Amino acid sequence: MTLVAPAPGARPSPPAPAPARRALRALSPYGYIAPFFTLFAAFGLFPLLYTAYISFYKVELQTPGDKLWRGWSNYTAVFDDPFFWTALRNTFTLGALSTIPQLMLALGLAHLLNYKLRGRTLFRTVMLLPYATSVAAATLVFAQLFGHDFGLVNYALSLVGIGPVDWQTGTWTSQTAVSCIVIWRWTGYNALIFLAGMQSIPADLYEAAEMDGASRWRQFFHVTLPGLRPTIVFAVIMSTIGATQLFGEPLLFEGSASGGISHQYQTLGLYMYEQGWSFFHLGRAAAIAWVMFLLILLLVGLNALLTRRRPAKETAR
Amino acid sequence: MHIARAARSNLVRLGAVTLASVLLAACGSGSTGTGQSNGEVTLSIDLFGTFGFKEAGLYKEYEKLHPNITIKQTDTEQEQNYWKSLQTRLAGGGGLADIQGVEIGRITSVAQLQSDKFEDLDAYGAAKLKKNFTASKWGAATAKNGAVVGLGTDNGPEAMCYRTDLLKKAGLPTDRDELAKRWATWQGYIDLGRQYKKNAPGKSAWIDSVRSIYTNVAGQSKERYYDPSGKLIWETSPTVRQAWDLSVEAAHAGLSGSLDQWSPSWNQAFAAGSFATLPCPAWMLGYIKGQAGKSGAGKWDVAKLPGRAGNWGGSYLSIPRMSPHKKEAYELIKWLTAPEQQTKLFQKVGNFPSSIPAIEKVADTKDPYFSNAPIGRLFGTAAEQAPVQILGVNDQDVQEQIAKALFEVERKGTSSSAAWGNARKGVQNAIG
Repeated sequence: MTLVAPAPGARPSPPAPAPARRALRALSPYGYIAPFFTLFAAFGLFPLLYTAYISFYKVELQTPGDKLWRGWSNYTAVFDDPFFWTALRNTFTLGALSTIPQLMLALGLAHLLNYKLRGRTLFRTVMLLPYATSVAAATLVFAQLFGHDFGLVNYALSLVGIGPVDWQTGTWTSQTAVSCIVIWRWTGYNALIFLAGMQSIPADLYEAAEMDGASRWRQFFHVTLPGLRPTIVFAVIMSTIGATQLFGEPLLFEGSASGGISHQYQTLGLYMYEQGWSFFHLGRAAAIAWVMFLLILLLVGLNALLTRRRPAKETAR
Repeated sequence: MHIARAARSNLVRLGAVTLASVLLAACGSGSTGTGQSNGEVTLSIDLFGTFGFKEAGLYKEYEKLHPNITIKQTDTEQEQNYWKSLQTRLAGGGGLADIQGVEIGRITSVAQLQSDKFEDLDAYGAAKLKKNFTASKWGAATAKNGAVVGLGTDNGPEAMCYRTDLLKKAGLPTDRDELAKRWATWQGYIDLGRQYKKNAPGKSAWIDSVRSIYTNVAGQSKERYYDPSGKLIWETSPTVRQAWDLSVEAAHAGLSGSLDQWSPSWNQAFAAGSFATLPCPAWMLGYIKGQAGKSGAGKWDVAKLPGRAGNWGGSYLSIPRMSPHKKEAYELIKWLTAPEQQTKLFQKVGNFPSSIPAIEKVADTKDPYFSNAPIGRLFGTAAEQAPVQILGVNDQDVQEQIAKALFEVERKGTSSSAAWGNARKGVQNAIG
């Protein structure tokens, strides 16, 4: 960053820089960003384009050399496959099941942590622990907890007289179980982000509210929430991206790429992985990857439209 | 201009260096890193499930015979996961072991689609070994051009393993000959299960999962998923239908423990005594011992399987083209699959030999863990009478999808016809 051209007001240094040095200065920023773009070209752009290319071929992992032109049929096969629609639906329901409670919990926790508490730092650190745990370790532990015959959750439920719940094969039960893992891992992380947002809200706003006789609840709704708006938007966007990419938890929950025996918690990511790395249909998987890519673009576009309309409405108010 | 060009070429050089270092880093992870100084060779062998070589002490024995060889084994419990990672590494061309295990349900796929990726063992003189092996075992690993892509390890002749203590508590006979008579047919087996259920001790099930019934019945006929011309016929195959119907009947009668085979809860169930019977190919004996542990000794017994004789599983050892120690690897697999070692393996671990002289040698073997059942004779007869099955490229995938659909029937109460539909969709997806 020291190589930035001298500011306009600065006096030129006595010996005028040689043209070579000036050229180097002009070009060096490109040198600095080159590593990223080289990496991006090799591991981002090239795979993206190559994926598009092979999505029109029949390519099998066992015989990657034999490509067979398929035209659009990889894409039509995706839309004709009922499991694709199941996976699409699961991605949305799992996303809702995990994101909404997670953000609400995080907001509540952040609010509590914002008070002056004894051992606040300890609590804040503890909150981040699940986030620091690996997906695999967390999921394997949760899979044991939700075990059908020997699981702790079913044992606890049996104490209050609720019969064994099948946390694996039911659609809602299994999705709840998988969501629990996601919620457990990410709530603390989001709580800390909310907390940071809350601490940037000026204290005099609260003082003024208190002087006006606002209760803690009213303060939360009328001072904290509006002040947190940008943070909440950020957290919602990040969690939405996380939810569309949900993969590790459902894959490891029962250790199968099909997301349960009836595909009941198979997400889109898992569906693509199953086609590519369980059935070895790389062409099909590439087509799914592109469908997912376009789908995410669509979602992001919608999101942008919504957030752009928001302020307009507010100024009108 | 001249100067500007110099700067640009500097930039280009910078970019090139970055790219090169990235690419070099990417290539660096390919080799398996087996040292080879002064004749010392480390052979890596990558397997799934329980091959039993290590457990039977065969590696140690070989290392003693060949002091310059060190053997390193890696192992994946589930064959499905193993196959996935093997295929990924074959496609990527790196990270392969000197010796790779191949399941019998996959050997046709290797012989027909990937014989260019594995050594033709004929080049090392494997033809001389042909007379040692049963014709079907040898034939399945032979490619169309005559290349031999693997040497057979064990076979999977089937029998029925059962818990004598549980059967006794339920008031059923425990003698293996009498039981064999009672469950001479699969129908008889299911009827006996209904009797067991009436007095079942501690909520235990008759069978671990209907998948056990399915795979074993499907292993009893010559034609299963493919016809002799290599056409996929599983949907109309009478064998598949019969195996399916029997499994559904057992599921509806509530005889199954609905355990997902190879899952942790299935493993726990062995020690907990959650089921009374388990159709078992020979290699399952080692698995039972491992899971049920010492406390299970003497509680288990083995009897003849209902229906006809059949085969489930069995494996091969193959050498990838990429292996840097092909010659040494061939010597090792030749030794491991030789009659003497196959005999030892059966006596110590229970994997039934695919080698003819070894089958003759183990005829009198009895297993104290399984109440001194004459396992040599039981499995020997089954191996002799088992049909030579027609194998196909996607055998394992078809089987996996059907088993998954059956699991829906027993675990969720899905109707037979709906589950059959799911199996069809699953197979379509898997085979594509």
